[in-house]
Amino acid sequence: MEIGVLALQGDFAEHQAMLEKLGAAVRQVRQPGQLAGLAGLVIPGGESTTMGKLAAAYDLIEPLREFGRMHAVWGTCAGAIFLSRDAGNEQPLLDLMDISVIRNAFGRQVDSFEIDLDVPELKSVDPSGKPYHAVFIRAPLIDSVSGSAKVLASLPDGRIVAARQGHLLATVFHPELTPDDRFHRYFLELVKSRSDH
Amino acid sequence: MEKEVATFAVKKGLAQMLKGGVIMDVVTPDHAKIAEDAGAVAVMALERVPADIRATGGVARMTDPEIILKIMDAVSIPVMAKARIGHFVEAQILEAIGVDYIDESEVLTPADEAHHIYKHAFKVPFVCGCRNLGEALRRIGEGAAMIRTKGEAGTGDVVEAVRHARTVLGEIRTLQYLPEEEVMAFSKEIGAPYELVLETRTLGRMPVVNFAAGGIATPADAALMMQIGVDGVFVGSGIFKSGDPARRAAAIVKATTHYNDPQVLAEVSRNLGEPMVGRSVAVMPETEKIAGRGW
Repeated sequence: MEIGVLALQGDFAEHQAMLEKLGAAVRQVRQPGQLAGLAGLVIPGGESTTMGKLAAAYDLIEPLREFGRMHAVWGTCAGAIFLSRDAGNEQPLLDLMDISVIRNAFGRQVDSFEIDLDVPELKSVDPSGKPYHAVFIRAPLIDSVSGSAKVLASLPDGRIVAARQGHLLATVFHPELTPDDRFHRYFLELVKSRSDH
Repeated sequence: MEKEVATFAVKKGLAQMLKGGVIMDVVTPDHAKIAEDAGAVAVMALERVPADIRATGGVARMTDPEIILKIMDAVSIPVMAKARIGHFVEAQILEAIGVDYIDESEVLTPADEAHHIYKHAFKVPFVCGCRNLGEALRRIGEGAAMIRTKGEAGTGDVVEAVRHARTVLGEIRTLQYLPEEEVMAFSKEIGAPYELVLETRTLGRMPVVNFAAGGIATPADAALMMQIGVDGVFVGSGIFKSGDPARRAAAIVKATTHYNDPQVLAEVSRNLGEPMVGRSVAVMPETEKIAGRGW
């Protein structure tokens, strides 16, 4: 089972290291042909405008959409924006998940923060249910979820920061920047269950 | 746990998000839009690009906050700005207007020849230049959350960027093969904090993101630095001192992503128009070099 990381720009190496530590084989994806045979894909954090432009320039938008209709895809931060249907900005989006996002929703870099989240879904990979320590960097927010998308985590004030829609996963924070590997394990389980379909 | 802001993790985390990307020097909101449209991951807001600072001479200071604020309004990507080495009040001003990163930069005229800014005291993260591993780890010790090799800014000559990147990466390789009992002497020799030397040895890389800067003017230059092993590139005068900035900027962005793909590099290098007029560092008088500013 090979997992792809979209390697156009951003912290794809951090995702790769984490997935490899969990025993997954990982391939960097920069061109459409490199999607063939992958069981799942991670779209990392980075600058969503840069990623969108590079994806458009190398004809990746349609192949990524097609891939995401069949296979598990997880977007973190910029990746979550890329998966959304609306980001309130003129930029290429995959429009795969029924979520709309607000970019830079918390302000500028001085407003970036860390906080503990309650993520009940993670009990499927770790029954302890301990809080999940999340890092938010110039993070977007998930403004609304619709259709079959459901909320996985919110801030104490109720604002949505993680969502799942079937085999698609979006987190506006960065599990690849902390040693806690529960979200990566959760995603690998998602890939596995999708492949067993 | 309550919400925590300005931790070292979020400071160095933003630099991690910039990896594999190009940070471009811009002097107007229009430049900033061109850079963003070309796919820049961030812009560096300046009054003059380094080539013009060289040409004009005089004392180079922090840019007028009004210009920086206009650039911040013009784009949605992160905006960086430069403070003079050791000028912590310029840094306080830049933090007050809300820039996303401060570059404590040798491109400006140093304000303090003995001390760099104590960067841990700030909420906003800092990037600093280096020529070797000791200099990089001293800056990280002071709180820098991102490092760039200095190169020789405003020349369009990549030779110093290569020298500095090879020096840093070579020293890290040497360090990794040192037996533990020799690490303290190595720290003493390069003048770096022991704990950061140990951390670098364990990680096999610097504890923060490391970009290349100073003299990068073509897509091939950017890909060269990426293949040598840096995490991303700064392009200063190379874009807006060239014949067709929008086209060259987009080409350098593509070359930084596809740095290992000569087919793509060949394609994006075609028909870019005039590059910036370069100045060879080899024949430049020592007094005109700026990489030696700071320690």
